[in-house]
Amino acid sequence: MNTKLRPAPLALTVAALLTAGCANTPWSSEKSEPATKASVVNHYADLAHANYEDALITARALDEATDRLIANPNEANLAAAKKAWLAARVPYQQTEVFRFGNAIVDDWEGQLNAWPLDEGLIDYVKADGYQHELGNAGATANIIASNSINVGGETLDVSSLSPSLLADLNEVGGSEANVATGYHAVEFLLWGQDLHGFESGAGERPATDYARGADCTNGNCERRGEFLDAVTDLLVSDLEWMVAQWAPGASDNYRAQLTAADANQGVQKMLFGMGSLSLGELAGERMKVALEANSYEDEHDCFSDNTHNSHYYNGQGIQNVYTGTYRRVDGSLLSGPSLSDLVQQSNPELDARLNNQLDASMEALGLMKARAESRENPMAFDTMIAPGNAEGTRIVNGAIMALVAQTGSIEQAARDLGIEALSPDDAGHAF
Amino acid sequence: MMRQLALLGALAIASAHVTAQTHAGYPIQTSPATGGDGTVQQSDTNAYSLPQGNLSMTRRLDFSVGNSFFRNPWVEAPASTDARDGLGPLFNTNSCQGCHIKDGRGHPPGVDEPPVSLFLRLAVPADAERDAEILRKHGFKPAPVYGSQLQTAALPAAKPEADLIIEWTPVKKTLADGTVVALRKPVYRIENPNYGPLPDNLLVSPRVAPQMIGLGLLEAIPIDDLQALHDPDDADNNGISGKLNQVWDLATEQTLPGRFGWKAAEPDVHQQSMGAFAGDMGLTSSIKPTTDCMPEQNCERFTHGGEPEVSDKVANFVTFYAKSLAVPARRNLESDSVQQGAELFNEIGCAGCHTPRHQTGQVADRPDLSNQTIWPYTDLLLHDMGPALADGRDEFLANGNEWRTPPLWGIGLAQLVNPQAGFLHDGRARSLEEAVLWHGGEAQAATERYRQMSSEDRTALIDFLNSL
Repeated sequence: MNTKLRPAPLALTVAALLTAGCANTPWSSEKSEPATKASVVNHYADLAHANYEDALITARALDEATDRLIANPNEANLAAAKKAWLAARVPYQQTEVFRFGNAIVDDWEGQLNAWPLDEGLIDYVKADGYQHELGNAGATANIIASNSINVGGETLDVSSLSPSLLADLNEVGGSEANVATGYHAVEFLLWGQDLHGFESGAGERPATDYARGADCTNGNCERRGEFLDAVTDLLVSDLEWMVAQWAPGASDNYRAQLTAADANQGVQKMLFGMGSLSLGELAGERMKVALEANSYEDEHDCFSDNTHNSHYYNGQGIQNVYTGTYRRVDGSLLSGPSLSDLVQQSNPELDARLNNQLDASMEALGLMKARAESRENPMAFDTMIAPGNAEGTRIVNGAIMALVAQTGSIEQAARDLGIEALSPDDAGHAF
Repeated sequence: MMRQLALLGALAIASAHVTAQTHAGYPIQTSPATGGDGTVQQSDTNAYSLPQGNLSMTRRLDFSVGNSFFRNPWVEAPASTDARDGLGPLFNTNSCQGCHIKDGRGHPPGVDEPPVSLFLRLAVPADAERDAEILRKHGFKPAPVYGSQLQTAALPAAKPEADLIIEWTPVKKTLADGTVVALRKPVYRIENPNYGPLPDNLLVSPRVAPQMIGLGLLEAIPIDDLQALHDPDDADNNGISGKLNQVWDLATEQTLPGRFGWKAAEPDVHQQSMGAFAGDMGLTSSIKPTTDCMPEQNCERFTHGGEPEVSDKVANFVTFYAKSLAVPARRNLESDSVQQGAELFNEIGCAGCHTPRHQTGQVADRPDLSNQTIWPYTDLLLHDMGPALADGRDEFLANGNEWRTPPLWGIGLAQLVNPQAGFLHDGRARSLEEAVLWHGGEAQAATERYRQMSSEDRTALIDFLNSL
């Protein structure tokens, strides 16, 4: 037995103060109390808050970059806006792990990340490269070119493009493919349709689509600018709302509700979010469906060919929740009591295995990302899933199998922590 | 993981109930695990949409892939991908979920709504000798020009076959204690036929989309067990005959027992699913290379979405999905009323066709479906249901009065999953009591006993059904 005197109470107090006072203080299990379910759930809320804050910071940068593009439409400003969009996806895709299990996120996220969309609702499309849902009158409504649109027998005035009008146009006429807002609407307004199919190359919208007067290409440039302005403003205000839901110190937000409830419920939501994103959503819907069907219409960030990053940062989000760590966009590291600490206490072997599996998934997704971004002969996700692409199939399958493996351990971790049912009581997602 | 725990719970409850395993000669279910080890605990609006609880992780991934193809709409060809194109040109809906709402039952259309999850099968009377070949392989003689079902939707450049109008006639049933139950009987009209007049001798059979749960388990019931229940001449003299349909199996090109569909005209889930793709959505597959578009309807002028349109890969994922939807656990098993209702169900003879318990056999590659004790409450056999439910249209060995006993498992959640869901083959019954009262023919005696029951006993029987 260790009888060495330790100034433990003081050290703990200091550590606790540091953790509470500064979100960026590295947390280490050696110098603090053992993690409890309550402290883990509390840190999960910290992590979500930091992650949404980063999504907001990068969305504001995107908003500013698109404002510059609208004010001064040239290729450099278009390129800068695209860069800002890609940067905004990095934190946002990591937040998707909060979507499953937290109904407040799932109910909200459609306005930000709905996909796939019938982009002809928003702007011009080239008819023979355009697939849309049958019978969806909204699919060819072209809001940018119209003062009013007729969908589902109803005529709607769209002459003034405001954030709230665009929000109201989501699912107009009852079709989920009618998406007027969110990251993918912005993506389409920056990149345009990807007409390359399985070939390399993303959308090729020219900056002159925002030009004034005679330089305007494809018509309605001013309206296009108004749309882009409204849709990026809405993105920012939506993220502001979600940041506030996770902010500490409020008595009436979601975080207060989550941390006041039985900690088992919070742990259940964490594990359910990890498992659902890992298996059903990322491995299933977003990769295996696209691969088995050889369908680039099932590609997530299809206009920009950024799907590999979308997948990669989804995977990162899962790992973040388990390890309780999050690398912020400013480079700092947030860490704190984690599920890993809890599992370590009761089943170190399982904790080690799951950590290895999460690493293996990130490696497999990293391979996909590296291949898509390689300088020589890059292979984007839509090329990987093309029929007969053996290398692409191997890369995608590798990521799928790694995610499947880790989901098995996520379930085991839930059992280990005494979580009786991983089924959520809300949005009806299954693993 | 929730499944394994569910099972533990089930075992605990089962051991607490060692009494009353049978009643009136039929077994009484004392475990909530209706679908065996794969039973799931969810009992909300998503209760029918979960994978078998004992499915391995990789197979759950396959389930989610199948789910994607089951849920997402199919589109007109040509599209730049082979994945989901080839819809129509004639169809009833553009996705599987369009009819099997949340993997549950469909419903007759509401006021001013077009029918989607209910359609009419079409036929004309066949001549046993002259039409022998088509009867052997198709089970009935399709209507000239219009084919085997009325397709009320079409691609923009095609015309739907016609409009289907449903009107309701009120029907009253008086129970022994004087209670009056208001039922409704559908009357179908086909209007605006777009491909010429319909034949005068047209036979129609309405079909509402059934629930999808437990289909893999039903397929896993050994055929000998169904054969043992087969009693076409009522040799045991209990007033209930029960006939195993004999249908054409497309994969092996031979006549085999039928167990799926309202008249048990399909031998397995795969053929049933490919039949739905072809008939309901106008999509070809390897075993169903033609849709219900007849030569006179000129569908060749439309671009097809590949040959076949539903690739074998996608077809297999969808079939896997359809065979893997779990059965929800029973609720309220402890309730006195439910327990009393279970005994009444056996006593008045419901269990004579709605066979409570089966044991599945060994299924290759599907340990989750193998050797399970399941409680589907069906014998999968054909029974005469009397003139009020008769469609007057034969299908293989099923005559115009006969319907296959539908499984009752999960039925208590049907209207939670789809609030508009109706019961019986055409969804006419808005409540379980209405459904009971429509039963005639071989079920007439049981219905009459229900009519004679006290209000408390009737409530108990319905409570039992709602606990399934």
